[in-house]
Amino acid sequence: MSANANAALLDVRDVSKAFGTVEVLRAVSLEVKRGEVVSVIGPSGSGKTTLLRCVNFLESYDSGSIRIDGKEVGYREAATRQRRSERDLAAMRAETGMVFQSFNLFPHLTAAGNIMLGLRKVRGKSDAEARQIAEHWLGRVGLAHKADSLPAELSGGQQQRVGIARAVAMEPKILLLDEITSALDPELVGEVLAVVRSLAEDGMTMLMVTHEMAFARDASSRIVFMADGSVSAAGPPAEILGAEIENERLRNFLARFRASHF
Amino acid sequence: MLGQILYALPFLAQGFALTLWVSLLVVVLSLIAGVLMGVGLVYGPAPLRWAVRIFSDTIRGIPILVLIFFVYYGLPAVGVHLQSFWAAVLALTLFKTAQVVEYLRGAVASIPKGQSEAAMAIGLTFRQRLAYVIFPQAFRRFLPPWINGVTDAVKGSALVSLLGITDLMQAINQVIGRTYEAMPLYIFGALVYFAVNYALSLASRRLERRFSFIRE
Repeated sequence: MSANANAALLDVRDVSKAFGTVEVLRAVSLEVKRGEVVSVIGPSGSGKTTLLRCVNFLESYDSGSIRIDGKEVGYREAATRQRRSERDLAAMRAETGMVFQSFNLFPHLTAAGNIMLGLRKVRGKSDAEARQIAEHWLGRVGLAHKADSLPAELSGGQQQRVGIARAVAMEPKILLLDEITSALDPELVGEVLAVVRSLAEDGMTMLMVTHEMAFARDASSRIVFMADGSVSAAGPPAEILGAEIENERLRNFLARFRASHF
Repeated sequence: MLGQILYALPFLAQGFALTLWVSLLVVVLSLIAGVLMGVGLVYGPAPLRWAVRIFSDTIRGIPILVLIFFVYYGLPAVGVHLQSFWAAVLALTLFKTAQVVEYLRGAVASIPKGQSEAAMAIGLTFRQRLAYVIFPQAFRRFLPPWINGVTDAVKGSALVSLLGITDLMQAINQVIGRTYEAMPLYIFGALVYFAVNYALSLASRRLERRFSFIRE
C-alpha cells in the first residue's frame, strides 16, 4: 500500500466522536499532503484539539477513519473498530510527533535526556548515537548549550523548543502541534514560531492547532476553520483570512478574535 | 542490672535477628505485592480495580492484631494450617501490602496526565512509560510514606511475640520472667527498636534529598 506522491499523507474521513451526549466531532474530514502545513483555527470547544489528539490516538473516536500513509491509525480496520494492540499503537504513535500546549517535558530528564528517551527505547539507538542526534536537534532549535539542563532550569520558550526537538528527532511522518504557544509569555512566542517556520521550510509535514492568526496566514499551505465539531471552511490562507468572507461563522470568529487581540 | 542484660545478650541478639528477619520478609513481600496490586488499581480493568479496592479497604479497616489472630487461629477452620512464624509473616504482609497499594496509587496519581501522553506520543509502550517516565517521578513521592511504613513494620513485628515466636520482644519478656528486671530490659528493647528506626529515617532523608532535584 505504498502511497504515491499525490495521495494524502494524513487522511481523516468522516470522523465523529462524542463525550457522553456532547458531540465534539461531527463527520470531520480533512487531508494533509506530504510537505504541507495545515493550520486548524476556530473558537474553543470547536473540537480542534480533540481532532489532533485522535490523529495519534491519544483519543479514540466513535466512527470514521484516520489513515497515515494509507494505514489505519487506532483500529485494525475502520469498519470492525477492533482496537490495535498496545504494541501496535505504540509503533503507530512513533510515526507521528506531537508538541503539547503545556510542553510536557519529562522533569527528571535533562533536555538531551528528553530527546534521547524515544530514540533509545523506541528506535533502538545506542546511547552515543542518541546523544549525537539529540545534540543535533538541540542545535537546530538554538539550545546546544542547554543539553544538560533540567526542564525546571529552562524558560517556557526554551522548554517548548526542547519539546519540538523531542518530537522531530524521532523523524515522524507528520508533526502535530497543539496550541504550542498558548502557555507562553508573549515575548517568548516568537522564538518558538521561528523554529516551526524553519521546520516548514525543510518540508516537514505539519498539522497545527493555533490561535496565532498571523503565523497561520504566513506559514500554512491551507487553513481549516472548525466550528461546533465540524469543518466549517477550508482553503488557502488568502481565502480563509482574506478581506471577503462569505462564511458568517468564520467572519464572526475573526471579528471577535481581532477585537480581543488589538 | 547491666550484668543481667549482658548475660542474656546472646539470647536477646537471637530475638533481635528474628525481628529483623520478619521485618525484612514483610517489607520485601509487601513491596512486590503492593506495587503489582497498585498498578492494577490505577491501570487495570474494572474488575481488577474493584478487587484491589475491596482488598485494600478491608485490610486497612482491620486492626493488625485481629488480622494476626485471624490468620493463625482462624484459617485452620478452612483447612489452612500455617506455622506460627509464617502465619505472622502472612498477616503482617497483608497489612503492609494494603498500605503500599495506597502509597503507590497516591504517588502515581500525583504525576500529571500530560506525562503519560508525552510518553505515548513518542511511542513508548505501557511498560516503558511506567519504567522510564512514571515510576522515576512517582518514586520521590512514594518514598517518604513507604519508609515510614517500613519503620511501622519493624515496630509492628513485635506483635508476633503474641504467637509465641521468640523475636526481640518475646526474648525480652522471657528474660524479665527470669530476672524480674522489667524496667532496664524494656528500656533496652526500646533503645534497640529506636536505633533501627532512627537509622531508617536517616537513610530516608538522604534518599529524598538525592531525588529532590525533580521539580514540576
